[in-house]
Amino acid sequence: MTITPEKTRGTATTAQLPQVTEPRNPGFELDLGWVRNLRANTSAIERRAATLPGRRSIKKDHQAAWLARAITCIDLTTLSGDDTARRVERLCAKARHPVRTEILHALGLDGLTTGAVCVYHEMVPTAVNALKGSGIPVAAVSTGFPAGLSPFHLRLQEIHESVAAGAEEIDIVISRRHVLEGNWQALYDEMCQMREACGHAHVKAILATGELGTLRNVARASVICMLAGADFIKTSTGKESVNATLPVTLVMLRAIREFHERTGFRVGYKPAGGISKAKDALLYLALIKEELGDRWLRPDLFRFGASSLLGDIERQLEHHLTGAYSAGYRHAMS
Amino acid sequence: MSVKEIFESMEYGTAPESAAEALAWLVDQGDRFGHFIDGAFTDPQDGFDSRNPATGEVLAKLSQATQSDVDAAVAAARKAQPKWAKLGGHGRAKVLYALARLLQKHARLFAVLETLDNGKPIRESRDIDIPLAQRHFYYHAGMAQLMDSELPDREALGVCGQIIPWNFPLLMLAWKVAPALAMGNTVVLKPAEYTSLTALLFADISRQAGLPAGVLNIVTGDGAVGEMITAADVDKIAFTGSTEVGRKIRAATAGSGKALTLELGGKSPYIVFDDADLDSAVEGLVDAIWFNQGQVCCAGSRLLVQEPVADTFYAKLTARMDKLRVGDPLDKSIDVGAVVDPVQLRTITQMVDANTEGTRHVAACDVPEGCYYPPTLIRDLSPADALMQEEIFGPVLVSTTFRTPSEAVEIANNSRYGLAATVWTENVNLALDIAPKLAAGVVWVNATNLFDAAAGFGGVRESGFGREGGWEGLTAYTRPKTKAKPIKDTAPFTGNGAPEPGIDRTSKLYIGGKQARPDGGYSAPVWGAKGQLLGHASIAGRKDVRNAVEAATAAAGWARTTGHLRAQILYYIAENLSARADEFAARINEMTGKRDGAAEVQTCIERLFTYGAWADKFDGAVKGVPIRGVAVAMREPVGVIGALCPAEAPLLGLISLMAPAMAMGNRSVLCASETFPLAAMDFYQVLETSDVPAGVVNILSGPHADTAPHLARHLGVDAVWSFGSGALSETVEREAAGNLKRTWVNNGLARDWSKPEGEGRAFLDAATEIKTIWIPYGE
Repeated sequence: MTITPEKTRGTATTAQLPQVTEPRNPGFELDLGWVRNLRANTSAIERRAATLPGRRSIKKDHQAAWLARAITCIDLTTLSGDDTARRVERLCAKARHPVRTEILHALGLDGLTTGAVCVYHEMVPTAVNALKGSGIPVAAVSTGFPAGLSPFHLRLQEIHESVAAGAEEIDIVISRRHVLEGNWQALYDEMCQMREACGHAHVKAILATGELGTLRNVARASVICMLAGADFIKTSTGKESVNATLPVTLVMLRAIREFHERTGFRVGYKPAGGISKAKDALLYLALIKEELGDRWLRPDLFRFGASSLLGDIERQLEHHLTGAYSAGYRHAMS
Repeated sequence: MSVKEIFESMEYGTAPESAAEALAWLVDQGDRFGHFIDGAFTDPQDGFDSRNPATGEVLAKLSQATQSDVDAAVAAARKAQPKWAKLGGHGRAKVLYALARLLQKHARLFAVLETLDNGKPIRESRDIDIPLAQRHFYYHAGMAQLMDSELPDREALGVCGQIIPWNFPLLMLAWKVAPALAMGNTVVLKPAEYTSLTALLFADISRQAGLPAGVLNIVTGDGAVGEMITAADVDKIAFTGSTEVGRKIRAATAGSGKALTLELGGKSPYIVFDDADLDSAVEGLVDAIWFNQGQVCCAGSRLLVQEPVADTFYAKLTARMDKLRVGDPLDKSIDVGAVVDPVQLRTITQMVDANTEGTRHVAACDVPEGCYYPPTLIRDLSPADALMQEEIFGPVLVSTTFRTPSEAVEIANNSRYGLAATVWTENVNLALDIAPKLAAGVVWVNATNLFDAAAGFGGVRESGFGREGGWEGLTAYTRPKTKAKPIKDTAPFTGNGAPEPGIDRTSKLYIGGKQARPDGGYSAPVWGAKGQLLGHASIAGRKDVRNAVEAATAAAGWARTTGHLRAQILYYIAENLSARADEFAARINEMTGKRDGAAEVQTCIERLFTYGAWADKFDGAVKGVPIRGVAVAMREPVGVIGALCPAEAPLLGLISLMAPAMAMGNRSVLCASETFPLAAMDFYQVLETSDVPAGVVNILSGPHADTAPHLARHLGVDAVWSFGSGALSETVEREAAGNLKRTWVNNGLARDWSKPEGEGRAFLDAATEIKTIWIPYGE
């Protein structure tokens, strides 16, 4: 089935973000036939995920270049109860200078930054201020993150306020109960309203895949959020007991691919939680290259939600240049 | 390209595995190899080059074995065998365990050498071939350990000649060598001439495992060497390779008494139902037909897609194909490597170019110059197109669509082959309904090309016979400990008298549940021991064989009946026979001139009970395979069995073959005792009154020499058992080569039908075929 433009709910707009060139997903009518026909064979998906590391190996200069690319796709994140303004400013400084200058210079990649900085609403003004002039957008987790169970009107209000405070990206959480109850219409309606509340800010829909029970539910929630106008779909809050995994990623990437095939719009993907090694980052990039194609290997369509990944990448990049394994304290902390 | 440029292009680059260690090993060996005989390498002789198909470079010079080399290897194996068997299970287990460990310790060396020699991607040799080879040795170390306790009645066959193909060189060696050695056999193995190097490396390291000299011998060379091994003084031939060569080996070993297992070609169906996870099914095809460049006997090479999803599926498939990476097999990011040899590349090219039907999609990926073939899909073919029937043995997928599940089964089974099949559906009812209906030795549900040492692998139809792996695989490397004596052919009595008083009784043939006169219109008199005329037996000819097989084929529903029902019918036959016991006893005594008729009838009744008992108890198994899922070994009836009944036991011989066949769901065409046919012909009246469906049992009389060749040659017969004259063993085995039907012959050796050797598991095994159904699960 192909969705014709007449059936679209909104209008495609070119987004505001500096690195964005894709027309935004305008959202489409809920297509329950599509949702109900989704299949996800867990063992086959796990097999594909398990064999990927053996099928793709990225070495030497290519590895360095891919890791640099990974940095540009990081939503450098702090989501802790003990966050302070100063702590967030440190994080923003790291986002501006994610890697030691001489390393970037040696790689010919001066001026590299992370994709965004991701914080709670309270820290948005601090982050916006700290990142002024850098072109790095601020992403705010929103809508009663991480459980998403605060009053709905407050969740929408939280979005409005974060956008007003200067967040250019809003990471919302879906109501997992709508998925678990099979209440697809409610999930769709909720997502539509959140997308609308975001206005020009891009919306990333956090599915909390670790709480959806099955890969089929992940596929269904992915499609519904995309139909409701999500710019990104994101695995996890980082607070669930199981966060981003390769099998979940495969399911979400395939949903994104099918959405693109049917509608022509590209939706982004953000795995979050548990990705802390450079090697893992390469795997995710390879899986995206395989399943979605090179166009998705850019920060407007792909982000890592990560806090400790950057440190490992820095060590690998220094190793690439010197041939000697690096130590953590040689790289600036955030 | 600079890092900055790669940062923009996001290309994979190359990730070559180093060949240095493997090349150094070749240099250490002088880049020239002799054979490995009696624990040492012979001096290199004239022979042939072993090339790296990816580059065309010569890797080493190999020796072409001569007759004297083969003789020396067989003699060494023969000499070493008794001591190796006597070493005992634990002794052999230790050696096999050491072999497994050595394969593990030298895993990368084996993997790189395999890839250099064969052209398969390093990922496959490293992650699949070599680990599976290790697993086979570990698993069979365990089998050696358990042999004494679990297989107390079986012993080694002796010397096994093993001929293996070039597509999985070390893995096929492991599949053949591990079970053979575990069971106390010794081996003369010939690797394929394209790919002998890992076998030679294995021979080299086997000495470090403490494998005694002569237990494993490896001779290199082309098919001529294979013929020498086949003809040599060996007790068994195990062959994996083409159906054409398998057929020749079947004919060549006919009547020799050599055990034989054949693992041959395939054109395995890959069935995608409309409720499948299509993306996963597409990915499965990558592992099915683009695994090892499609040079896989069980490759899912024949795609069958259900009509509602066909267009979507093809779109996904072609998009996936375009992302495959073809190139240097040593590159760790390569999906499809080099075809094994330019000769094979030519074969693939010619087969594909000769096809004018369907729509061809060639993967839009870069394909290097040289021995490479692009991943190819030819869709919209019909079963009638040659490429839907013939094995291409290359990275070429052919496809058609189907409408209903039953049509999928029909198309899937419309093949001379029957090795493997793949089924994709999210509906467990559909999967478990379809899997048993597919004519294949292995069925994968929502997966493909899964292998393990614990799960039997092997085919039906022209994909060969015998299983490798699991307990069932050990049958192929052992035999019962009983020592059989030569069979004494019984001569019929002669006479010229008139029948004893009574009404003339005409014995006819029993075909399709009806008494039928022989097509030829001839009968022969049967004389009693005192020269009295007992009656006339019809002389069945080729048309009667044809009619009987037709009737048996039509009775296919018998295979789908429950074991409980079959048991009921077997007991009912026993009940009705018992009611006429005296009459049958008298008939037997009249014919044989002996007095044991009553005992024979009693044994017949017991035997019917035995198989009535077995009908619902010859269970399959669930194998402990290393996946989240199960591999179910299901016992299926062989199909239509032709049997030449022993002469010496007029009724018991017939029942001893009929009952196990029936119990397991087969239909049979039985050629009654040649010497004393009348009891068997009387017996059809018992069948007629015992609710046996028409065609399930068919009984012919007349000289076996007339019927046996037609039965053995009949392409609709799935197995032939020959327990009549020993002289027929050769005829049956030779003629059976046509469709590679299973044979079970007496090789001129006697069997006491009244003793335990006249019944039991051996008969049930022969009456069934093990199908392994892999069912991964998880939500």
